[in-house]
Amino acid sequence: MLVLDRLSKTYADGTRALQDISLSVRGAEIVALVGGSGCGKTTLLRLVAGLDVATGGRISLDGEAITAPHPGVGIVFQEPRLLPWLTVAGNVAFGLDALPARERRERVAHALDRVGLADHAGRWPRELSGGQQQRVAIARAFVAAPKVLLLDEPFSALDAFTRADLHRHLLALWAESRPTVLIVTHDVAEAVALADRAVVLRPKPGRIDDTVPLPLSRPRQPTSPGSEAAVRAILASLDRSLRPPGETPERADAALWW
Amino acid sequence: MDATPHPGLATAETAAPPARRAGGGWLVGLLLPLGLACAWELAVRAGLAQGRLVPPPSRILDTLRALAVTGELWTHVLASLTRVAAGFAFGAVAGIALGAVTGTLPLARRLLDPSLQALRAIPSIAWVPLFILWFGIFEASKITLIAVGVFFPVYLGVAGAIASVDRKLVEVGRVFRLSRPALARRILLPAVLPATLVALRTGLGLGFMFVAAAELLGASEGLGYLLLDGQQLGKPEQIVAAIIAFAAVGKLCDAALVALTRPLVRWQDTVREAL
Repeated sequence: MLVLDRLSKTYADGTRALQDISLSVRGAEIVALVGGSGCGKTTLLRLVAGLDVATGGRISLDGEAITAPHPGVGIVFQEPRLLPWLTVAGNVAFGLDALPARERRERVAHALDRVGLADHAGRWPRELSGGQQQRVAIARAFVAAPKVLLLDEPFSALDAFTRADLHRHLLALWAESRPTVLIVTHDVAEAVALADRAVVLRPKPGRIDDTVPLPLSRPRQPTSPGSEAAVRAILASLDRSLRPPGETPERADAALWW
Repeated sequence: MDATPHPGLATAETAAPPARRAGGGWLVGLLLPLGLACAWELAVRAGLAQGRLVPPPSRILDTLRALAVTGELWTHVLASLTRVAAGFAFGAVAGIALGAVTGTLPLARRLLDPSLQALRAIPSIAWVPLFILWFGIFEASKITLIAVGVFFPVYLGVAGAIASVDRKLVEVGRVFRLSRPALARRILLPAVLPATLVALRTGLGLGFMFVAAAELLGASEGLGYLLLDGQQLGKPEQIVAAIIAFAAVGKLCDAALVALTRPLVRWQDTVREAL
């Protein structure tokens, strides 16, 4: 269980990125964090990853406080961030230095197979397409068998086709070890395709505005009535979150602002 | 050059024309110097020019051959090469060490970098009188001069490379909880390697520049001595022969450095090929 307790982050220049974020995520739950730009989504993930330190509140994973990078937490960044001097297999194996060579090889081969890149193990990252590189990054995070996997808009730079394909790969890997997943996205359809729950953030300072449960069965069809209703619910909530408090709610098309 | 970077892409149509054009371009480049050399040779033979101060190619080649046959050439090449090797080794090691220290430790950068930059502003040849007073007129002063020449480009290259390492890749190391030595070995070192190798090549080139300077200022052997000897005896063909020997040795050393280090950076995009 991942618990964020009244988490706040103020940057050195006085910018209040996050204020009083409290959130509990069960094991194996997939939570999508959605919100407009500047609402601290990425900051939140960096705090959970231990890359930045919160100015207030605490984060704990199964009761253990997180203040620095933790072995139970993995992250996939917005860019693949592969090391160009390592082959695809070398990149996936990057975090497995402590394991014996044979187990390392097996785990890497299995993960690459799962993301459909078994034939590319010996290639250099520069020889892969953007979608393939991001699949390598996902495999690199998964082989370390994290209890919590953080994804920071990992598919935002990809076309819709590739994105749907990567959703499939991601869910296949998730089904194997069922980690807790926290995915930041500004694509509402992506949140509905993947998550059990969408948490809507409100900007300046970033705080939780609303939570939309997504009790849909998997595999999900983006065109099913359930999915479409969920997309509408999140959009309505986002729209509300961006309106200054006190303003009379009027009919506005939520899709306009992003 | 990597012959088949993408087996799937290298179809006959796409691969062949650039290769042919590259080969042709190389030959076209030879046209001008060879043409001029032949023209000069013919002009001297036909009696249109004396060729006393600008010797025709045949006489330069004869001189080179004579120097090679007597073994004199190899003595001079070896003497110059030994000096460059020693100076390059000292300068490169010092440049890499200080570049790494100032690149990674902010305190060391604030402490050392201003002084080093100030020293860099001094033309290296200006040190010669002082080095001769300090180290004598023999090898030590020459090697010191070469080392100083090699040091600065290597130092700047390494410090700059470390400063520009992608913070995002360093974060990947942090996420996997690498210790500081492991982070240096597994992320920083490979990341700065390409720029460091380029800096070493620049340093090697300057090493040859300074060996010529050092030997011109007083030596009893070495290609620079051959230059000076040719001037004093009024033998321009010997000067040109020494220049050609310098060019050939310098190019060979550069090619050797590239060949030795290529396996280390074979992951890189083809940018390196263009250098």
